[in-house]
Amino acid sequence: MSAQADPAQRVAIGISFGNSYSSIAFTSSEGKAEVIANEDGDRQIPSILSYVEGEELHGGQAKSQLVRNAKNTVAYFRDFLGQDFKSIDPTPAHQSAHPVESANTVAFKIRDSEAEEENTVTVSEITARHLRRLRQSASDYLGKDVNAAVVTVPTNFSDAQKDALKSAAKDAGLEVLQFISEPTAAVLAYDARPDAKLTDKIIVVADLGGTRSDVTVIASRGGIYTILAAVHDFDVSGSKLDQVLIDYFAKEFIKKHKSAGDPRENDRSMAKLKLECESVKKSLSIGQSANFSVESLAGGVDFTATINRTRYDLLGNKLFGAFTRLVSHAVEKADLDPLDISEIILAGGNSHTPKVASAVANAFPESTTVLAPSTSPTAINPSELAVRGAAIQASLIQEFEADDIEQSLHPMVTVTPHLSTAVGVLLISGDESNGIFHAIVDAETPLPVRRTATISTPREGGDVLIKLVEGARHIKVTKPEPKPKAEKADDDDEDSDDDDSEDEDEELREKTWKIGAPIAEAALRGVTKGAKVEVQINIQPDLSVTALFREVGGKGGVRGQVQGKAANGSA
Amino acid sequence: MSAIVEINLPLPVLPEGWAGEKDFKPVGSLSKTNDRKIEPVGPHFLAYARRVRHKRTFSEDERIQAQANVKSVEEEDPDDIDEPEDPQMLLREAKDWKSQDHYAILGITRYRWKATPEQIKRAHRRKVLKHHPDKRAAAGGTEDDQFFKCIQKAHEVLSDPVRRRQFDSVDEAAEVDPPSKKDTQKGNFYKLWGKVFEAEGRFSTKQPVPKLGNAKSTKEEVENFYNFWYNFDSWRSFEYLDEDVPDDGESRDQKRHVERKNNAARKKKKTEDTARLRHLVDDALALDERIKLFRQAEHAEKNKRRFAKEAEQKRLAEEAAKAKEEEARLAKEAEEAEKAQKLEGKKAKEAAKNAAKKNKRVVRGAVKDANYFHASGNAPASQVDAALNDVDAIIAKIDNSELATLAGKLNNEKDAGKIKEIFKAEDERLGLGSKSLA
Repeated sequence: MSAQADPAQRVAIGISFGNSYSSIAFTSSEGKAEVIANEDGDRQIPSILSYVEGEELHGGQAKSQLVRNAKNTVAYFRDFLGQDFKSIDPTPAHQSAHPVESANTVAFKIRDSEAEEENTVTVSEITARHLRRLRQSASDYLGKDVNAAVVTVPTNFSDAQKDALKSAAKDAGLEVLQFISEPTAAVLAYDARPDAKLTDKIIVVADLGGTRSDVTVIASRGGIYTILAAVHDFDVSGSKLDQVLIDYFAKEFIKKHKSAGDPRENDRSMAKLKLECESVKKSLSIGQSANFSVESLAGGVDFTATINRTRYDLLGNKLFGAFTRLVSHAVEKADLDPLDISEIILAGGNSHTPKVASAVANAFPESTTVLAPSTSPTAINPSELAVRGAAIQASLIQEFEADDIEQSLHPMVTVTPHLSTAVGVLLISGDESNGIFHAIVDAETPLPVRRTATISTPREGGDVLIKLVEGARHIKVTKPEPKPKAEKADDDDEDSDDDDSEDEDEELREKTWKIGAPIAEAALRGVTKGAKVEVQINIQPDLSVTALFREVGGKGGVRGQVQGKAANGSA
Repeated sequence: MSAIVEINLPLPVLPEGWAGEKDFKPVGSLSKTNDRKIEPVGPHFLAYARRVRHKRTFSEDERIQAQANVKSVEEEDPDDIDEPEDPQMLLREAKDWKSQDHYAILGITRYRWKATPEQIKRAHRRKVLKHHPDKRAAAGGTEDDQFFKCIQKAHEVLSDPVRRRQFDSVDEAAEVDPPSKKDTQKGNFYKLWGKVFEAEGRFSTKQPVPKLGNAKSTKEEVENFYNFWYNFDSWRSFEYLDEDVPDDGESRDQKRHVERKNNAARKKKKTEDTARLRHLVDDALALDERIKLFRQAEHAEKNKRRFAKEAEQKRLAEEAAKAKEEEARLAKEAEEAEKAQKLEGKKAKEAAKNAAKKNKRVVRGAVKDANYFHASGNAPASQVDAALNDVDAIIAKIDNSELATLAGKLNNEKDAGKIKEIFKAEDERLGLGSKSLA
């Protein structure tokens, strides 16, 4: 370990280890994250291992073994790691080796050697083998022995799971520098782009993965991220979308070949169906229609069919709706309004589906940007978001000592007070009832914080008042003119209900500020005509506020401090 | 930090009569905060963590970071300092290239054998730019290109790995003389000898060369170090000092003679060098305090083991003696107890005898009191005799304890009838059927 612990010897990559796919990335010398393709040329490497006569197959090769060699193929094992047998959901592993209980952990009975008998291989061993293959691919690509990694995990990954993953990584010869959560990695991937501007915003990361979906609400304040809420749903997933297609094609098949039987009842036919449906799903993300073609699907009958995107959108409508509801639910859970959300980052392979993006975009106001390949040409490939973030983080911390990293991750450092209300200035009028509030520091900003703002002054200059106040975000709902509604109500009683709901949808919702308690007042005298005033606020964790007001380019200025209340500070 | 917030609405005009100390008036305080965990990700978090862990404010951190950045820029190109050129050196003739210090010519004496090919290349370029004959001419100097030729020669030698090694082998300026015994005794053994071994280590074919270490090095490290140096595999060679071989094809014998001489000289120098190194390591070993300490420790360990063994033996002997003593003591005690018991038994017997005598007396007395069981008047002699005989028979029949109970019953009993009854009961119990009691 000592050689690995030496930061100078470290070659660190980012690993995103998912249930269905894993990816590896590194940060080039120009600071750009690049996703590494494995020997097969895959950038999304299926998290699958398969054993044929003692030979280990990995990734795409292993995935194709699901049809012929399902019993010796291990897939979808990430979520089993570090869990006891009772608490795992073995559903995703139906078409591959089934998990069994072994000595308080989950294992697979597979023939992984040339010998006839089956070996019981624990999930941590499988993970170690998988990570070893990933490490090998990365080492081959970089020409250097990779020995450290930043690994992304879901936000609800327990410490036990992290520990299990860490030790599995150690067995694979990788030092885990840090676990970072997938949604933050996605945000980091976007924020690390050279043209990215640092603004205070609230971002929703909606990850529609292969076996689960996770939606996370993140406050990004000056490049520091705080998770406000997270929801997980194991019923809304890419495999369910596959299932929809499977059912569709199976029915089509039965319609045409009644005698061949239902392909869903035969394991091999099912595996073939599943693989083909996944690729059909992928092609539908790009083209308007896709071909489905399986040789000897069931009863020796070949099957070919075509599906267009509209049909797919209709078939998956229920799931798209469920996913959108999940996103809205996460926003509610964070006590926020859709208007507060500035960006929605769609992550996970299934976010390539245009309908997912459009369904989510429809649920949010126009001010919300949806970042997905179908809505934004500059969007990063949603399958690569997490791994890019991990690679960026890896490059940032790879020269730190392990101790240093651990200390920085300690709750002493990471837990910090966050402002519950925004702090800003009153404009136009110093009176709280007439003035217009403009935030300088937004709510949910971690403390300590320092912000600077430049503010215009009255046209003729002179003495100005600067009043620092708190502001609460308020959603102003204005109903449209009630007239047409009244007319319709006369027509039909039954219709009126529908109209009401429609009208509610048409409500005009606006984000406004409710002016809260004043904090401080300051006067800046003799401001020259047309000059601007610079305000710098510095809020400490003990809630003391230091403010500096001065004319831009001018000398001196007014400086003042408001002491934080001890009682408030600790709360 | 994040970009400056631009606000385009104007600030309000200061109302009349507003006043505050230094134009600032705190009015309230911020409302409560929520404690949340921030995600430990991204460059801004690292900056935040740095500030928190070092308890820096924003501006302090900015200042420190700015300094750190400047420093790292400087370190990136440390080569570009120009070493001062010795004016004597500038007058060198190219034909004396064998005696010139190539590193000094290129201005990289601070690296010498450690200089990377890249550094040599850059140093050469720098010198060429400065000393090119054309530049000299342009500066109004002579067209003397001797020093430029020296530079070219130095580059030629140093850029060829084989020739560079030949030169490095005899580069006297890179040698570090072993310190005198006196110097090392002042306590800087590791510092002084460390440099010597580092310099000698450049000749090793095996890299990396183990370090001399310090006073805290383990025995294994120290042994490893000296083993390495006693088995030193050196690439040092002395071709560079060869005498020039005549190349005119005139006299083949002369040429061969010089070659042979050169070969012999090389071999001799090599042997000398090996001996020198061996001697050097011997000296270091002799002066190395650690060796003594290890020996002492070993000795102490041995002694400790011996002491422990002896102590163990002593303890065993003591224990045996103690056990013997204890045994003797126990035997003695037992003997004494037996004696005491015997004495006690004797006394008790005596006492019982006395008591029996007394009881007998009481019983006999009782017979007398009962008028020898005669009805009335003085008992005839025969009656007396028979009664006493019967009583004696009873006494003979019963043991001491029964005698004592009988005596107890008869004691203080004056009524002749009762006495007779008592005797009768006793007689019946024993089944003697004494006539006198009938």
